[in-house]
Amino acid sequence: MNENAFLNDLVTDSVMSRRSFMKWSAALGGTAALVTSGFEFAEAVARDVPIAADNVVWSCCTVNCGSRCPLRYFVKDGAIIRVETDNTGDDTFGMHQVRACLRGRAIRQRIYNPDRIKYPMKRVGKRGEGKFERITWEEAWDTIANKLRDVIDQYGNEAVYVHYASGPAGTTITRAFFRRLMNCLGGFLDYYGTYSTAQIQDAMPYTYGSNVATNSIEDMANTKLVVYFGANPCETRMSGGGMNFSVQKFKRQGDARLIVIDPRYTDTAVTVADEWIPIRPGTDAALVNGLAYVMITENLQDQEFLDTYCIGFDREHMPEGYENEDSYKDYILGTGADQTPKTPQWAAEITGIPAAKIVQLAREIALTKPCYIAQGWGPQRHANGEQSVRAIAMLPILTGNVGIQGGGTGARDNSFKISVAAFPTLTNPVQTSISFYTWPEAITHPTEMTATTHGVRGKERLEVPIKFLWNYAGNALINQHSAVNETRAILEDDSLCEMIVVIENHMTASALFADILLPDTTNFEKMDIAPNGDTSNMGYAIFTEAAIEPLFETRHIYDMCQEIAKRLGVEEAFTEGRTVEDWLRYVVEQTRENNPNFPEFEAFRDMGIYKVTNPGSPSIALKSFRDDPVANPLPTPSGLIEIFSPRLHEKSQTWELPEGDVISALPMYTPTWDGLEDPNRERYPLQMITHHYKQRTHSSYGNVEWLKEAAPQELWINPIDASARGIEHGDYVYVFNDRGRTRVPAKVTNRIMPGVTSLPQGAWYTPDANGVDQNGSANILTLYRPSPLAKGNPQHTNLVQVEKA
Amino acid sequence: MAKQYAFYFDSNLCTGCKACQIACKDKWDLDVGVTWRRVAEFGDGEWAVHNDGTYTQNISSYYVSVACNHCSSPECLPNCPTEAITKNEDGVVMIDESRCIGCRYCEWACPYSAPQFDAKRGVMTKCNFCYETVSQGGVPSCVAACPTRALKFGELEELQALYGTVSEVAPLPSASYTNPSLVITPHRNSAPVGTGELANPEEV
Repeated sequence: MNENAFLNDLVTDSVMSRRSFMKWSAALGGTAALVTSGFEFAEAVARDVPIAADNVVWSCCTVNCGSRCPLRYFVKDGAIIRVETDNTGDDTFGMHQVRACLRGRAIRQRIYNPDRIKYPMKRVGKRGEGKFERITWEEAWDTIANKLRDVIDQYGNEAVYVHYASGPAGTTITRAFFRRLMNCLGGFLDYYGTYSTAQIQDAMPYTYGSNVATNSIEDMANTKLVVYFGANPCETRMSGGGMNFSVQKFKRQGDARLIVIDPRYTDTAVTVADEWIPIRPGTDAALVNGLAYVMITENLQDQEFLDTYCIGFDREHMPEGYENEDSYKDYILGTGADQTPKTPQWAAEITGIPAAKIVQLAREIALTKPCYIAQGWGPQRHANGEQSVRAIAMLPILTGNVGIQGGGTGARDNSFKISVAAFPTLTNPVQTSISFYTWPEAITHPTEMTATTHGVRGKERLEVPIKFLWNYAGNALINQHSAVNETRAILEDDSLCEMIVVIENHMTASALFADILLPDTTNFEKMDIAPNGDTSNMGYAIFTEAAIEPLFETRHIYDMCQEIAKRLGVEEAFTEGRTVEDWLRYVVEQTRENNPNFPEFEAFRDMGIYKVTNPGSPSIALKSFRDDPVANPLPTPSGLIEIFSPRLHEKSQTWELPEGDVISALPMYTPTWDGLEDPNRERYPLQMITHHYKQRTHSSYGNVEWLKEAAPQELWINPIDASARGIEHGDYVYVFNDRGRTRVPAKVTNRIMPGVTSLPQGAWYTPDANGVDQNGSANILTLYRPSPLAKGNPQHTNLVQVEKA
Repeated sequence: MAKQYAFYFDSNLCTGCKACQIACKDKWDLDVGVTWRRVAEFGDGEWAVHNDGTYTQNISSYYVSVACNHCSSPECLPNCPTEAITKNEDGVVMIDESRCIGCRYCEWACPYSAPQFDAKRGVMTKCNFCYETVSQGGVPSCVAACPTRALKFGELEELQALYGTVSEVAPLPSASYTNPSLVITPHRNSAPVGTGELANPEEV
């Protein structure tokens, strides 16, 4: 029997035998009883028979993957007994079904989860210890309102911070109530930027004047060559509400060659790539330099485009007053300050890509017209992320692909969207904002944070510490923020930030650090509108119905805000007499004022999902500028593409940076801490990135057993690095550096390049008594050090060592 | 010839997302450890390290989503000591749980490990092609779930007429053992049975 067994058919010696496979299955079967024992699912009756339509409720998965997928809940006796997805229409592309991914399909285990927070609680032990005592809602609201009043009276509104959180990212009103509440109370310290996009949204405007996208995904059908730098839509946006389906369609429709440049052989490489070029993390700008060197020395650049649309390419086109600075050409050819020609061999030794490959790739990109170049958000989430963003954009600029069909800007792909009116959060009277990433410093030493040291905006220097912190539906208090151990110490000291209010569905790592912990209803118990994912030529909005009554003592976030508003005398200003449903009706009315085709509230509610096919043609980014740069200048100071940015030049002169950090007018390759050139590499020889994983959206769904089974947390490590450490596939390993240590099984795979590891981000921080994480939580290994320009999160820049556990 | 239901799978479209697997588990309330549809990851190739610190490689990878293949020669059926397994008039292989004693012989016999032991109830379970749903004109849960439309279903001969007769590809076993009712459009990097490796044994 063995010879015809599934797994024994495989020739390698590393696979499990059929017998061990079965033992493994049995072992997990045993744990299943434990997992579900606390919370039995409602019994499904006649599961294979279609359930009558009046039992079906439209809702949506609203976590922060960037996609929005409809879910239809089959409700029986007040419980959701089955989940299906979009089944509308005949699935014609453009009105196609928005089919949820595995996470949305597993959502019952998120709703009916043993981790659900059931009652309001207050902390009774040390902060972060996880010791809580049940309190009444009245006590919770009174405590919060009193403390909020005290902090505002003593320190002012800038001492109140509404922390970055993206659990209900897909909602329209749910996510926005806190901002409105705080604005009614005189404002709060706001943040700019996000953990997803800090460096690209900050850096791209220096080149193009705005954080442009590239051409619509549909335009991929019109190109000859697609080059993806760290773009991974078929994995990070794999659901029906994401780009995956469209990328597959238009890649095949146009039959363009597609190259993926990424340290990992991603699922995008699996499904659509014709070639994978593995690159060392953080070295994208070095590759671009090598490519530019080939293009310039072989005279393959589009000189007419550079002369007409850009400043800073060569000496003849420097901005006024900067004639003596290096041009891009100087930098690349080595005729500038660093006297280093960025030859293919120079780039090869940094990137790990052979010089011959770089020469060939440069010619292919330059000679294939048009060429569609896009970057994901991985290359920018580095210590030199801003540089990589602008460097990658140099390729379409050098080759004149900007603003044309089949070309692009080198930014991320774009889709048609319908507009849904925003919930009115009112105006924040406080003008000051900080980078979303720098909040721990605003707790510990705010007065050392200035405009030129930390990018403080709206004020030269912070004046008061964060004393009151709202954390609504987010896990960036500890799990998703860098440097878990360092952050933990800051949070544990409750003389610093005096009040942390966490409002959550589940007992997350961040929830453990609450002073007051409030149980929120899930979005399956809430009514809202979820607009648009990223579906190329189709825009849509989903009506999310409250499918079930709130479980336990959970309350709607709106009720919580209203009760606090009442205690602080701003109830009327906060609610304007409206209920949640009233606000949704208001949003629909506002939407219809701009777009009369949008359905009325009741009609929208009945249809569940409203879709529109793009009535126009696929968007081509910066087309009007390309067509007539004089009539349609870019919003840069020069109106042109700024290869050399005078604004960055000024910041390079005036901003105070830690040693080793670089801001430069030209996009350059800059070696960084925890990069290839860091001497720490002797002790910690492996680079570590933290890819997005199908088990979770960031940390959301990280406690769902079906998903842990389908996609277990694993460290990706190349067989060359694994065998050097005696590690076999499935072995538990420790991943560690000076900042922390975590234990996780190894996925020994050729799909990651040698010298690089990847630990999927978002696994829930689970320390043992010695502070060693037991769950592969990546941020125990990351460093808190804001990136030079955006002051963003460099969470893919890490050096680690790995050893068998 | 009698009707034979079958699954069709286009490996080129599969990102390994496992929406199929979870949709099935949700519909049938399957515990962890009981998985009727699974997604295997194939891996092949190797790395070369060069003196200047650069690398070259010929790595390839793809996914294969597989459930019970409702085979023409199902090995599970003759190996069941209680005759709990039957093949119905539409070619769907069914387990009568009231007759099953949970001995797991069928799981051992099946080269795809399609029958899965439900430890809670002490019986074997497996994909039944969502037979009631399909009989009423519906679609199997996994097929309706696929975000990239990599899965389809239908009658075997019709699917073969449309998509050809490939029914084996690495890392699946040879089709010769059980003659699976399965039609595959192989991935452009597909490798023959017996080559490469199963890259995610812990997941299947």
